[in-house]
Amino acid sequence: MLDVLTGFVGELRAAGLPVSLTESIDAAEAVHHIPLEDRDALKYALAATLVKSSAHWKAFETAFEVYFSMRGPQYEFGDDDSSTGDLDSENDNETENRGRGEGRGQGSGGGEGLSPEELAEMLFRALLSANDAQVAALARQAVSRFAGMEPGRPVGGTYYLYRTLRNLDLDRVLERLMETARASAPEGQLTPLEERLARDEFKSRLDRLRRELEDEIRRRLVADRGTEALARSLRKPLPEEIDFMHATRDELASLRRAIHPLTRKLAVRLARKRRHGRKGPLDFRSTMRHSLSTGGVPVDPKFRYPRPAKPEIIVIADISGSVASFARFTLHLVHAISSQFSKVRSFVFIDGIDEVTRFFENVDDVADAVHRINTEADVVWVDGHSDYGHALSVFWERWGEEITPRSSVLLLGDARNNYHASQAWVISEIRHRARHVYWLNPEPRAYWGTGDSILGEYAVHCDDVFECRNLRQLEHFVTELA
Amino acid sequence: MSPASDKDGAVDGKTDAMGMLGFPDPGPPLFSSVTEVRERLAAVGYLADDGIAGVVHLADRLAKPVLVEGPAGTGKTELAKSVARVTGSRLIRLQCYEGLDESKALYEWNYKKQLLRIQAQRVVDDDGTKTGSPGDDDGAGDGVTSSWRDLEEDIFSEEFLLTRPLLEAIRSPDPVVLLVDEVDRVELETEALLLEVLSEYQVSIPELGTIRAQQIPLVFLTSNNTRELSEALKRRCLYLHLDYPSLERERDIVLARVPGVTEELADQIARIVRSLRTLELKKYPSVSETLDWARTLVVLGVESIDAEQAKATLHVLLKYRSDLERAAKELAVAGEDRA
Repeated sequence: MLDVLTGFVGELRAAGLPVSLTESIDAAEAVHHIPLEDRDALKYALAATLVKSSAHWKAFETAFEVYFSMRGPQYEFGDDDSSTGDLDSENDNETENRGRGEGRGQGSGGGEGLSPEELAEMLFRALLSANDAQVAALARQAVSRFAGMEPGRPVGGTYYLYRTLRNLDLDRVLERLMETARASAPEGQLTPLEERLARDEFKSRLDRLRRELEDEIRRRLVADRGTEALARSLRKPLPEEIDFMHATRDELASLRRAIHPLTRKLAVRLARKRRHGRKGPLDFRSTMRHSLSTGGVPVDPKFRYPRPAKPEIIVIADISGSVASFARFTLHLVHAISSQFSKVRSFVFIDGIDEVTRFFENVDDVADAVHRINTEADVVWVDGHSDYGHALSVFWERWGEEITPRSSVLLLGDARNNYHASQAWVISEIRHRARHVYWLNPEPRAYWGTGDSILGEYAVHCDDVFECRNLRQLEHFVTELA
Repeated sequence: MSPASDKDGAVDGKTDAMGMLGFPDPGPPLFSSVTEVRERLAAVGYLADDGIAGVVHLADRLAKPVLVEGPAGTGKTELAKSVARVTGSRLIRLQCYEGLDESKALYEWNYKKQLLRIQAQRVVDDDGTKTGSPGDDDGAGDGVTSSWRDLEEDIFSEEFLLTRPLLEAIRSPDPVVLLVDEVDRVELETEALLLEVLSEYQVSIPELGTIRAQQIPLVFLTSNNTRELSEALKRRCLYLHLDYPSLERERDIVLARVPGVTEELADQIARIVRSLRTLELKKYPSVSETLDWARTLVVLGVESIDAEQAKATLHVLLKYRSDLERAAKELAVAGEDRA
């Protein structure tokens, strides 16, 4: 058990979770107090002692599923009884379910006797009646039929999942479920509200099915390749380390959700920092004046009041296809904490440039504003390929006057200029007027200056250039800024 | 400084082996199994899922505090209260806020009473007894220092100690559930105050010595996650993340907590709330708001919800105008445009 546990902790650390020594001792201690044959109890016990942040839950769950899945039975207490017992009960379930599924496929045929249509039909029925056990059993069969898993083939689980899902065609299943629900309604018609609720209900059932499929595939992969290898291949970045540029749609959604608490956290932290801000510099005149009462000895040094820095922020973001998702996040973030800054102005460009501050005014929903920016802002000048040089020179012409010594200018983009002229002098002019000029680049540092990236030409004029590929780096930057 | 260890053995320098190893003795178990935790919590109207029950069970067995994190209104505080009710313990609550300090959380000397004591001493001294006046040189100095020492020992005794929640939880001879609410509101530095109490279950008072717990209190810390808590604090705790409940659990919660609600209505409520939580809202309806909504509907005598009623009462669930508009739109229209 200890071996499994240390291996597990090692895997968590490799996945980026900060697990300290005391925490793993706690976990070992906790394991004493729970019935080990109860897998859920074990999971919660380990989670409670090892995972101290909800953002890390998913990584933990994946690791747990891998480490304590197939080899679970023989490792948990090494008790043969429990393991066979487990398997038996599973088989029982299966046969029982199949029995209920209109008496087909009796015995332990493993579903070979079912044609794909029959399987789909049974699945549909199980989903309709929300029969979880049966759905799980059918998911197992679906995987063995459709995924076409071959031992030793070095493909990830997602590939098998995709193949299974394609065969099951869940979208059509959803439509069929909806039709059945409609047909069974009293007037043969659902009110919009009922319709919506039914749809959500079925969707959640389908989600459960999808999870079942994933679990099943993972179980098989573990059996095939062994724990360590699989754990490594399944390791996913933690939410705060997801790369903006390569995030999948699910990851983007989770990032969007993560950004809201993040802004709140940042706001709190910034407010606190300001309030407890360091004292101002020594006020020499005041100190001398007060020293008169002590005969010219400066007993009581006086300090200037710290002036709260309320920087004005000008964001100039590249929203061309290559970096769009990154720019969107930064706009989100900057505007979410705009209460911390006296003024935030945003500009977006591709090869033309446009001010988009107005879209954010009096808008509750930043996502909506971003959408409007993408559709309404006038950012295309010639062909809609990024042209930093033109965009920057237009910016300087039209808005250059409005940059004040209080403004911090943030430039967001990868500086891939499609071999246009760089017009780097604009940046140096801006820097003369502004307090700071920062460049945030969503590309890995190693790629800077390769191909048509001309970051180097701009970078010499900036105060600093940051690599900003994930939430953690972005968060770090914003704290620095305020 | 000599500890005045006369009061019910609470104050001492006792070191037992378990304490030395960092494992406080958890005492007799409060619950025999996870299932028992869940059943007994259910009996007082708190429906715990496996995760919650498991962590409570572990907290009792390992004598470790539980850090409960999650969105507002998912029953974090309620969990502590229910556990207190189940175990028949007293609930001691420390509400955290910015600027909370030692004298509000741990203990404070009763300054006024101490002053009074000193005043009283002086009156006694001035009146007739005449053990020696400060002006006297010979022999009297001895009397002054000894009476001074007496006085000092006197005014720094437990009589003049005002216990604040943390110390009180430690000193209580009866079982106690300590709830440290919204611990994310205190500053990072103040968190350190909690550390000694949480890991060793003891409080060090310079004038008195170390006060150890007579029984290990069950400690719950709640956090709304407005900031990252320090590693030191997290390390000492078991972690429990309370998210919005599943459909089934939410329905059962409504059934358990709202008198007069029918099963059908509860089911409908839970389903609508789940649908709302899939929308992109500023603030998702919490469990407590679901309960409020259920109560509202019961009071209004609603048997089953249709779109109109839902729209009219949604303001109980949603607290932002933009959220309300979006929800009303989604719930009423979403079905039609796809059908």
